[in-house]
Amino acid sequence: MSRAEIRITGFGGQGVVLSGHIVGHAYAVNAGHHATMIQSFGPEARGSACSTMLSISEEEVLYPYIRRPDIFVVMSSEGYEKYCDELKDDGTLIYEKDLVEPQPKKGQKAFGVPSTRIAESLGRTIVQNIVMVGFFTGVTGIVSREDMRKAVEASVPSGTEELNLKAFDAGWDYYQTEYGEGGDSKDEEPQEKAEEEGKEDR
Amino acid sequence: MKTDPAGVLTGTHYFDGDWACGEGAMAAGCRFVAGYPITPSTEVVERISGRFPTMGGTFIQMEDELGSMAAVVGAAWTGTKCMTVTSGPGFSLMMENIGLGAMMETPCVVVNVQRGGPSTGLPTMTGQADIMQARWGSHGDYELISLSPQSPQEAFDLVIEAFNLSELYRVPVMFMMDECVGHMTEKVIIPPAEEIEIVQRKLSDKSPEEYLPYDFEGKEIPEIIRAGDGYRFHTTGLTHDKRGYPVMSAECQEFNVRHLVDKIRQNADDIVRYDEEQIDGADVVVIAYGITARVTRMAIDMAREKGVKVGFMRLIVVWPFPEKRIRELAGNVKGFVVPEINYGQVVLEVERCAAGKSTTVGVPHGGGGVHDPEVILEAIMGAAQ
Repeated sequence: MSRAEIRITGFGGQGVVLSGHIVGHAYAVNAGHHATMIQSFGPEARGSACSTMLSISEEEVLYPYIRRPDIFVVMSSEGYEKYCDELKDDGTLIYEKDLVEPQPKKGQKAFGVPSTRIAESLGRTIVQNIVMVGFFTGVTGIVSREDMRKAVEASVPSGTEELNLKAFDAGWDYYQTEYGEGGDSKDEEPQEKAEEEGKEDR
Repeated sequence: MKTDPAGVLTGTHYFDGDWACGEGAMAAGCRFVAGYPITPSTEVVERISGRFPTMGGTFIQMEDELGSMAAVVGAAWTGTKCMTVTSGPGFSLMMENIGLGAMMETPCVVVNVQRGGPSTGLPTMTGQADIMQARWGSHGDYELISLSPQSPQEAFDLVIEAFNLSELYRVPVMFMMDECVGHMTEKVIIPPAEEIEIVQRKLSDKSPEEYLPYDFEGKEIPEIIRAGDGYRFHTTGLTHDKRGYPVMSAECQEFNVRHLVDKIRQNADDIVRYDEEQIDGADVVVIAYGITARVTRMAIDMAREKGVKVGFMRLIVVWPFPEKRIRELAGNVKGFVVPEINYGQVVLEVERCAAGKSTTVGVPHGGGGVHDPEVILEAIMGAAQ
């Protein structure tokens, strides 16, 4: 694969940076390619917007920042509003179904997962980001399920591996059931963004 | 010699530049760090303070940066490899004691994860505007060594080199990271301890009766001892003679301070380090360091696609400056292009060495981000005309 750019965004406290770290670890360390992660690092505290950017490539990554992401993972409506315009016209949008109401452009693919609800059903909302990572792995296929699972295992606090792997599998399974081969394809029809024209830039 | 395996976390990791720098210091044998945590360098001491207890290291969170640098200079005289970590505002506060370290010829490493300045500036965003301060920031004449890594992997590899150079030349070495490299996470491969070469401080084998702390000839580095080993010795920030005693005279100043300058200048060929790529036959040579070097390589690829003959020189050691090499190139190339995240610092050195034989073009950036490769491309195209 040539270079692909990923932005992951959400509220501070949702585990945005950790999920980016897991994706980068899986791609760079476990799959043996290159992944450069940059955090949007402001004076943000828990609850405000938080974002991380990844550039992944089979070759060395030179420019560390992203410009037009190929993949946009969004866990909050605030994050969606802030960054939705930069997603490539044929990019992939992955979103928290209960928190974000996206209006993807024609040509953009959109995949939603109720990651918070799934995490709640596992007993701990805090693993919402790992559900998202599982779902992300199914949608994008950028690394194998095993490589990503290993990255989850290596990145979460010791003692929580089992719960986190369960969360990962739940996200993965949701993708397979809802969008995967054999599952009902419920991919939302991409809609032209009605109010695209005249909309104020972020 | 090989390093102590206790500090080496062999394996393939996904670390940011700050953690990689901390791991590199521990791998180099650093066992004393004093610091006053400051963004964007905090993760370096966070990493070290968490791992030091496993290897017998000491981290002290000091009251400020003046104290941090003083503690490092003092601790270094016990024979321990020492480091402090800071960013712009703290770097300014350390300057007086960096000068003391230079005057006392104290081996130590000062990490500056540069952010936008001046003053409090842009705490969470990148800059390269302290690069001249690393050279001239303290008062008086002296020469130090500065290195600039371009990636987390290099933050690991080069900080080991920084320790080695500090031991070899008995100077504080400035490790000039930047926020972008510090907060960037990438794959970092830490080799086994037996593959990590370190310079162990060579202690004098002279008897306490014979030993003089500042006895040297020419570009030699004086032999060091450890405080507490039974030697009577004296060291001071005042101009001093072979015994380390203050002597207030122009003659002693010449003996003492010329040596501080010459031990680096006369050994510059051994210290200077840079990467070169496609310099032969180039019309334009781009010179960059740190994170800017990576963005520059993109611009160079773009320029080559347009048929321009561009060479690249990446400064790994920024100070001492590769003066000799740039003088050789001057006149053989049409122009030098120097992008850096400041309003023009290293470019002035390039211009000086080019001495009017080639044009020199700076590509300034005020900080808070890195250059757009297109801006560097434009400067390359202009210089190639």
